[in-house]
Amino acid sequence: MKVTFPHMGNQYIATKVLFEELGVDIIVPPVCSKETLEIGTKYSPESICLPLKINIGNFIESIQQGADTILMSGSCGPCRFGYYTMLQKEILQEIGHNIDFVLLDPPQGDYKTFVNRIFHITNTKNPYKIIKALAQGTKVLYQVDELDDIAYYKRPRQRKIGEVDNLLEQFQKEVRNVKGYKEMKQLVGETKEKLMAIEEDPNKEVIKVGLIGEIYTIIEPFVNLNVEKKLGEMGVELDRSLKVSRWLTEHLYLHPLGLSMEKDIIKEAKPYMKTMIGGHARETIGYAVKYAKEGYDGLVQIYPFTCMPEIVAQSILPTIEKDFDIPYLCLIVDELTGDAGYSTRLEAFVDLLKRRREMKEDAKLLSGY
Amino acid sequence: MTIKIGIPRGLWFYDYYPLWKTFYEELGAEIIISNPTNKNLLDKGVKNTVDEACLPVKIFNGHVIDLKDRVDYIFVPKMMSVYKDEYICPKFCGLPEMVEHSIPNLPPLIDTEINFNQSRKHIMKTVYEFGSYVTKNPIKIRKAYSKALQAYEEYKDKISQGRFPIDGELTSKQLMLNNKNKKKIALLGHTYQLYDRMGSMDIMKKLQDYGVEILIPEMINMDVINEKAATLEKKMFWSYGRKALGTAIYLKENSDIDGAIYVSAFGCGIDSIIGDLFERWTRKDGDIPFLLLTIDEHTGEAGVNTRLEAFIDMIDWRKRDEGNLPAHG
Repeated sequence: MKVTFPHMGNQYIATKVLFEELGVDIIVPPVCSKETLEIGTKYSPESICLPLKINIGNFIESIQQGADTILMSGSCGPCRFGYYTMLQKEILQEIGHNIDFVLLDPPQGDYKTFVNRIFHITNTKNPYKIIKALAQGTKVLYQVDELDDIAYYKRPRQRKIGEVDNLLEQFQKEVRNVKGYKEMKQLVGETKEKLMAIEEDPNKEVIKVGLIGEIYTIIEPFVNLNVEKKLGEMGVELDRSLKVSRWLTEHLYLHPLGLSMEKDIIKEAKPYMKTMIGGHARETIGYAVKYAKEGYDGLVQIYPFTCMPEIVAQSILPTIEKDFDIPYLCLIVDELTGDAGYSTRLEAFVDLLKRRREMKEDAKLLSGY
Repeated sequence: MTIKIGIPRGLWFYDYYPLWKTFYEELGAEIIISNPTNKNLLDKGVKNTVDEACLPVKIFNGHVIDLKDRVDYIFVPKMMSVYKDEYICPKFCGLPEMVEHSIPNLPPLIDTEINFNQSRKHIMKTVYEFGSYVTKNPIKIRKAYSKALQAYEEYKDKISQGRFPIDGELTSKQLMLNNKNKKKIALLGHTYQLYDRMGSMDIMKKLQDYGVEILIPEMINMDVINEKAATLEKKMFWSYGRKALGTAIYLKENSDIDGAIYVSAFGCGIDSIIGDLFERWTRKDGDIPFLLLTIDEHTGEAGVNTRLEAFIDMIDWRKRDEGNLPAHG
């Protein structure tokens, strides 16, 4: 059994650790690239959202390297992600890949199938072993997400532009060569130290932007055309609303117990959106309000073309923009998104934010404070 | 003074309007329904909705604008889910919010939440909430509700006999042709698109003019569809999707139709999955000719006509020429 799974930002690092600790053979799909997207677009329905196309690309590229089992998580609506697996199965079958699909859906009462699937994919029936590996995977996930947070802080402040991303790129390459929890932990630790040691320029002007939107597009750098790097190097310190580590804790550990870490976000979203509507629309709204209250300079929303929940969020965000006087930029990505137009819009937005801040400071000076 | 409640002629209107209309009229409210979709109304809707939304939502906003200055309340319930473990569509779930933040100067909305995702036990509570906009008398509300249910059942009955509520007016029964040119085509699509003249480019009338007998999922026995849909490997969590996929399996197995047409709204997330699976199962597995029509506010009518004509010609030729000639001569 050779297991593969779709990409989503740094999630693969944790999944790799998880399976290596369990002793299951895995194939990490090649980094998402133009080819991945091309393969995905070729076989997917035209009007489906971008994440599915990338998933298909990932799967096929992994199959070419010998994968025979796919691990995929799911949901039960109302966002179409819930039916991804069924469609993906049909697509892969049609092009002649007879592959074993293991779905990890919320059990909805059928715990026996769910547990059996876990036993099947982990290749062991020892719950202790599974829990231990899962804990280690989760730890790595948190550590890797911490790297991202450090990078958000360092990027706009680095003296030599590009240093942070050179380091991270190096890290991504080395990740593929290390094996198991111990080695990974060490590598992440080293990278963290190096990141912290990057020289800062104290005179740089830094503005703060909140990144909100659909979880996959804001997390996977290939899909959002490296928005974090682009904005960071323009002098923007980012905060991202959704992280894989938080998502995992929320859905795997807390949700079955009826708990949630997102209570305050839901509360912030309440005046604008009363209930959940699928996807992460409510989180998008909630974080937008939170960032606005915390005095961020601007908001950037990214979502895949035709994403239903985010369209609802998009129609509400202009009200938040007005209520809190915070500029908001909406970027929609699909397979036809061009880098140049995208960068221009980001640049213009950042210029606008900087100018706004200057004007505010001038106003302060003039009024004598 | 009687309370005036406006019901927009869009989205769930075609599924439920007799229910709601009867309910509120029995309670003593005056019901005002917006005008049938027209160009002006569509333009206003397009202007007041985010670009990314699908055509039906834009049309709906047009209807809300049409109503907003002449009623006390606009009926925009928050339709989350009507069956257990099922949903409608994220845009339906967030519809009141979308309307509220897109259109300025609105009268209050009746935006009670309809959510039977967990269970149906609180259905009467939901009904009271709806009724409380007009009266606080629970007996009156209960009575009105049972009357409304009756009207709703009658309405569903008429549709299952093949009478279509085009723009909200039930048509007379389809003429069943009995000559050899007879064609029967399954027509799939959201009710708010099929029955909206503007939103569907009047496809029903066009098909009937070609002498086509239309089959819609509602005309198939619902129990059969439910049964077929239950065989799916993973439960379909959209109510419309479940109906469409159940129909696809049914058609594949009992194909007495000559073709299937799927009308989809551009950008509809549900159609992107259901339409694709439907095509896979009917065209590839069931050998049924399939046509996908995607419609948005820019779709030209001539293009739709051409495609329909070609599709029907193709079916005719298939019927005429489908001898027992081997495919390779």
